Amino acid sequence: MSVIHARSGMDAVAISLRPAAHLFHRNWLVYKRIWYRSLFFGFLQPLMFLTAMGLGVGGLLARSNPAAFGSAGYIGFLGPGLLGAMAMQTATFESTYPIMNKIMWGRNYEAILSTPLSTRNILLGELGWIGFRIASIATIFLAVLVVFGIARSPVAVLAVPVAALTGLGFSSGLIAFAATQRNDVGFSWVFRFIINPLFIFSGTFFPLSQLPQPVQLIAWFTPLFHGVELIRGLILGRLDLAAAPWHLAYLLVFFGIGLALADRSLARRLAS
Amino acid sequence: MSGVPGDALVRARKLTKRFGSFTAVDAIDFDVRPAEAFGFLGPNGAGKTSTMRMIACASPVTEGELAVIGMNPASQAREIKARLGVVPQADNLDTELTVRENLEMYARYFDIPGQVARSRADELLEFVQLDERAKDQVETLSGGMKRRLTIARALINEPDLVIFDEPTTGLDPQARHLLWDRLYRLKQRGATLIITTHYMEEAEQLCDRLVVMDKARIVAEGSPQELIERYSTREVLELRFGDIERASLDGRLDGLAQRVEVLPDRTLVYTDDGEAALDEVHRRNIQVQSALVRRSSLEDVFLSLTGRSLVE
Repeated sequence: MSVIHARSGMDAVAISLRPAAHLFHRNWLVYKRIWYRSLFFGFLQPLMFLTAMGLGVGGLLARSNPAAFGSAGYIGFLGPGLLGAMAMQTATFESTYPIMNKIMWGRNYEAILSTPLSTRNILLGELGWIGFRIASIATIFLAVLVVFGIARSPVAVLAVPVAALTGLGFSSGLIAFAATQRNDVGFSWVFRFIINPLFIFSGTFFPLSQLPQPVQLIAWFTPLFHGVELIRGLILGRLDLAAAPWHLAYLLVFFGIGLALADRSLARRLAS
Repeated sequence: MSGVPGDALVRARKLTKRFGSFTAVDAIDFDVRPAEAFGFLGPNGAGKTSTMRMIACASPVTEGELAVIGMNPASQAREIKARLGVVPQADNLDTELTVRENLEMYARYFDIPGQVARSRADELLEFVQLDERAKDQVETLSGGMKRRLTIARALINEPDLVIFDEPTTGLDPQARHLLWDRLYRLKQRGATLIITTHYMEEAEQLCDRLVVMDKARIVAEGSPQELIERYSTREVLELRFGDIERASLDGRLDGLAQRVEVLPDRTLVYTDDGEAALDEVHRRNIQVQSALVRRSSLEDVFLSLTGRSLVE
């Protein structure tokens, strides 16, 4: 009996994901014309950052304080941090203007809602797509880190789903926000006051312990910090097993709240 | 599922839509029967689009009853939408896809298998005369072409009911006539159409039956011919005056006809014999800049019902 129940439960999930998969397919149709371009930049960006900052800045640091970043060096600290920050940036880019376009400029969602799809199907389809985009860029990034000799542990591959989860937390929250906006002015505030500070102060470029205590505390409550900590631990093969579940729990709750907000705000905007 | 033939495809009773304290649709009743073209005629802001959005399950009903193809939009939106075609007021084609991709992608949203979707796309592109543009990007199409593609898209799931919200607004006359021709053919094939419009000519040409909406309410219902007979006279004499003559017109048109409407730019004299009324005008020595006798239209029905003209 329970097996049958489990089976029908799985079928129910498959049925509910099918409409969302259509939206994923739509995005793929558009993307497949430019995938090589995005792949190229996916390589280029980490390559430039790691060369400039990892080797350049890292080289200086190694001369003044060789022990500061342990055996992996500054580039080993920076690389995984950048991977986390890239997940946030990709999520931000994909969840602001493109979503607003589909809500009000191109009105794609209006058209799609005339088919059997619901706003929830749309949300799951978009998040599935954005998750896929982050995961693919994270995979390329990880490959670059392997080339640089930074990622050595096999568990490093787990950094890809963690990056996707980190990004999806931002993505769902930003979709919720985008659905409340009547123009794109709000986005530049988000970039200036949320995304950029997080990029700089979430332990991507330097350890948080360098900052004054109160700033450290604030940074500790931000999502990117937890994503970066997990990703760095996994890539360098020195995950803090006591702290890891808390980082993961934080990211899951962050994503869960964003999901609930996005679900509500999309329905309000598009089906009122 | 759709019930006995002859049953209403859409049935509304006391249907109401409110946005906060604003009432967009105020307790309206109507029935749309299978295989008819049913119109909603009214000025902008009359509540036509809100009504369409409720029927299309895009906007929840605030109060009253609504059944679409025998189902409840609140609980069976997915099932209803699977059997509807919607042509919205503003084009919302996927501008990142080609003409053909727009149709095939839309078919996928309805879970239509790829093979079927491709053959339907072929048929529909031919139907709307876009077969030669199949591989083009949507952006390169003219306004009329985009409209036709939107119609083709709305037909991809072979809907039982097709909703057109202001189908020809913003089109030039030629594109409008081509579109009317396609809509007429759809009707000939037995499709049920709901059309909103503020063009009386469109309503007269396409609709078997229509309701006239004004300020969130239905003010009249019937076939175009019935409405004209009930609310207007057989003929209308349209008069234009010079400024001086108009200023001294007071009372001089009294008793000329059943009804006289003074509009900012012209005066409408409602009578069964327009020529006779014009003779009377001349006899009274009223200086007319121009005079025209024509048959009554839905425009006159609207004017008689609301005291305002339809397109301002």
